Amino acid sequence: MKWETVIGLEVHTQLATKSKIFSGSSTAFGAAPNTQASAVDIALPGVLPVLNKGAVECAIKFGLAIGATLNRVNVFDRKNYFYPDLPKGYQISQLAKPIVEGGALTVHVDGTERVIHLTRAHMEEDAGKSLHEDFHGMTGIDLNRAGTPLLEIVSEPEMRSSAEAVAYARALHTLVTWIGICDGNMQEGSFRVDANVSVRPLGQQEFGTRREIKNLNSFKFLQQAIDYEVRWQIETLEDGGRIEQATVLFDPDTGETRMMRSKEDAHDYRYFPDPDLLPVRLDEDWIESVRAALPELPTAMQARFRNDYGVSAYDAAVLTGSRALAKYFETAARACGQGKLAANWVMGELSAALNKADLGIEHSPVSAAQLGALIARIHDGTLSGKLAKQVFEGLWEGAGEVDAIIEARGLKQMSDSGELEKIIDDVLAANPKSVEEFRSGKEKAFNALVGQVMKVSKGKANPTQVNDLLKKKLG
Amino acid sequence: MPETSLSALAAQLAGKQISSRELARQYLDRIAALNPSLNAFITVNAEKSLAEAAAADALRAAGKAGPLTGVPIAHKDIFCTEGWLTTCGSKMLHNFVAPYDAHVIQRFKAAGMPSLGKTNMDEFAMGSSNETSYFGAVKNPWNTAYVPGGSSGGAAACVAARMAPAATGTDTGGSIRQPAALCGITGLKPTYGLVSRYGMIAFASSLDQAGPMAPSAEDCALLLNVMTGFDPNDSTSLDREKEDYTRDLEKPLSGLRVGLPREFFAEGLNSEVAAAVEAAVTEMKRLGATTVEISLANSGLAIPVYYVLAPAEASSNLSRFDGVRYGYRAPEYSSLDDMYCKTRAQGFGAEVKRRIMIGAYVLSHGYYDAYYLQAQKIRRLIAGDFIEAFKTCDVILGPTAPGTAFKLGEKSGDPVEMYLNDLYTIPANLAGLPGMSLPCGFDSRGLPIGLQLVGNYFSEAKMLNVAHQYQRATDWHSRQPEGLK
Repeated sequence: MKWETVIGLEVHTQLATKSKIFSGSSTAFGAAPNTQASAVDIALPGVLPVLNKGAVECAIKFGLAIGATLNRVNVFDRKNYFYPDLPKGYQISQLAKPIVEGGALTVHVDGTERVIHLTRAHMEEDAGKSLHEDFHGMTGIDLNRAGTPLLEIVSEPEMRSSAEAVAYARALHTLVTWIGICDGNMQEGSFRVDANVSVRPLGQQEFGTRREIKNLNSFKFLQQAIDYEVRWQIETLEDGGRIEQATVLFDPDTGETRMMRSKEDAHDYRYFPDPDLLPVRLDEDWIESVRAALPELPTAMQARFRNDYGVSAYDAAVLTGSRALAKYFETAARACGQGKLAANWVMGELSAALNKADLGIEHSPVSAAQLGALIARIHDGTLSGKLAKQVFEGLWEGAGEVDAIIEARGLKQMSDSGELEKIIDDVLAANPKSVEEFRSGKEKAFNALVGQVMKVSKGKANPTQVNDLLKKKLG
Repeated sequence: MPETSLSALAAQLAGKQISSRELARQYLDRIAALNPSLNAFITVNAEKSLAEAAAADALRAAGKAGPLTGVPIAHKDIFCTEGWLTTCGSKMLHNFVAPYDAHVIQRFKAAGMPSLGKTNMDEFAMGSSNETSYFGAVKNPWNTAYVPGGSSGGAAACVAARMAPAATGTDTGGSIRQPAALCGITGLKPTYGLVSRYGMIAFASSLDQAGPMAPSAEDCALLLNVMTGFDPNDSTSLDREKEDYTRDLEKPLSGLRVGLPREFFAEGLNSEVAAAVEAAVTEMKRLGATTVEISLANSGLAIPVYYVLAPAEASSNLSRFDGVRYGYRAPEYSSLDDMYCKTRAQGFGAEVKRRIMIGAYVLSHGYYDAYYLQAQKIRRLIAGDFIEAFKTCDVILGPTAPGTAFKLGEKSGDPVEMYLNDLYTIPANLAGLPGMSLPCGFDSRGLPIGLQLVGNYFSEAKMLNVAHQYQRATDWHSRQPEGLK
């Protein structure tokens, strides 16, 4: 039987506000346990929440960025359950009237474009952390994270493979960092993914029973977890078994998912509107001022890059992987007037060098203006691609500006055809065998001669010119 | 005890006839003498009180005294008070010393009013007799075999026995007004949102409101001036211009339209209470008021609605008492769940547990629409009745409670009978309206009878005017229980 995978994602993004969603405590990561937990955060008797306007603004930005409906009146609810790192015994969240409903995200998978619709996005507070190590059989509680603002972003179950799920998660990650509402740091838990996964016989309308994989904190784990889960579900069904609705955890060490709790253990959260908080009302002026301050969004920028710089859809998507990357590309492309060449350099040589050095584009030793100048020298024939790579190395090492490096290292292409002709004559004289072979019809021999010329010229010969002259002399 | 209106005490302090320290000492001595029999206070700390009084004297010496600087006050043990045990009448918080001051406490401190201690109350403000307190029942100063009402029973009793010139209370379904009625004092529950709830341990957030309790309406007006005001720490606090609640006290009542809800004079009302309230109506007319019969048609549903909504909110508000971070934790347990179960089973009393269970039930999956949502709809209908009524009257008048004080133990075995005590007070909480109770007579056993006024939103000054004019013409509010030991 052929099976179809159905995936929906719930992503918890930590909003990049300085203070918590309902208190004035700092949200900075990594402080000593419980040093960023105020009376409100530890839920002392009598304390009350006061909504952080900055968190609402982040949610508005997101809603606008995905073309969603912003609920002009949205409501905070209490989700009641007991856990030691949930100080109030309830989490303040939004159930019936979330701030954001609908919207969509365009993603690229294997060269095709897919539109993934979103169900909703709602504001809520994070819980603290339970620390099970270092306490000799006891559990430590750190409430620094309690009350950190989150935007939970829920997609429709529209993804049909782990690759699509990863593409969606990546696009979402790009977007939330792009509009500045989340720092995107997955190691620190700023962007956490839950995947709802089910399978069904291809062609069947109804969804299969889903299992939810919790708390995936890397795209690699997301892919591995879904792949494992899908295989497990298909095997279970093909063996005549049944899938029970459940919440599972992914173990990166074994690459397997394991059951955390079944549907029978599911909580009744007894949601109701939080009487300590008034409904949130968004006025039009506020929304419009947030809209006006939004940066150009990735999708719009991709279209513009294709149009203005002639890059492919794939390249445009890669180049808009982050705002910093897009800005770098555009600065370089404008400096040299060569969009496609700039795209190739940014995605090729530069990316490789950055990866090797484990640097982000923000910390590139070669500035966009320098790369632009380098490409300009390729375009005007001063440099061959090979020489350009040497100049790039010079730039990377901080040896100065492009023209200075060319000058200092003598990397200019040979423009004097007399000098080149002499080299070619010498090479032809020294390689009679190759000349003979070429004349007897072996094309490969021609390439060997070109190689020799380039070698003798120390790479400074213009390859096109070498070709032309060689053909003339041999022909 | 000589008559001790706040304005008289303030004048004595201003005239240097007495220092704040001396005044506090007098009250502390009286507390020491009477508290063993009345149990109105959970915590008394003479040293702290006297230090606060000395600070008030210093403030006065520095020329920085406000209108009530140096006048002492007792605080209900529901308000977090920095450095003071704050128990909310529960074993759950029997050891909880608050590390911060509630907004109300901050305001009284800023006004230079020393605290005389923390008053007893029904556990987590759940009760109408003060019998649910972990620290034992409070006795009614008029007859110690009787309850003082609740939940602010300690506050009402301490004021009635003049162990404090005034006290703070809180009112979720009548917890200021009903004990004020049963103890023969004046108490006011302001419009919801007028007094910050920050630092006031929550029972039912959408209904809780703090207010003043004192012998007279004039005292309450002065206290309300201290207590009210916008607080950015409470999202339901109203940002409005500060009012002087004493401004209309002396206005004559001519032209006042008093609404008499027919539902408040119907079956279930004790005849002696009915007679006293009717006599008060006659007095109001003599003072120039006219009466108009009104209907609060849905008020009969107030108790069932309240006992859905208040427990729903309470079940969630009380979840933080889990033994993890502060307060009581069971001494022995075998697992996390066992720790929660034992801590809460041992830390909460029967009435609190009953309401948590009711609340969890009405919020649970499959019952939410039938109970919680339905109750919210009826709540709006009840508020609508009042809004309609205030088109034809300025203030609504009726009994505060259906009867006078009952004997200790008399109703504690029957929750529904106990709940009926708040029949007339709950509607104002559900509508968010201001209400007050003032003394209007005594029954044949010598127990006080309370008269209730309910005003339109923000009409506290008007209600205080009506109450003050009535109190100028009568002396019920200045009577004191005799034979207290």
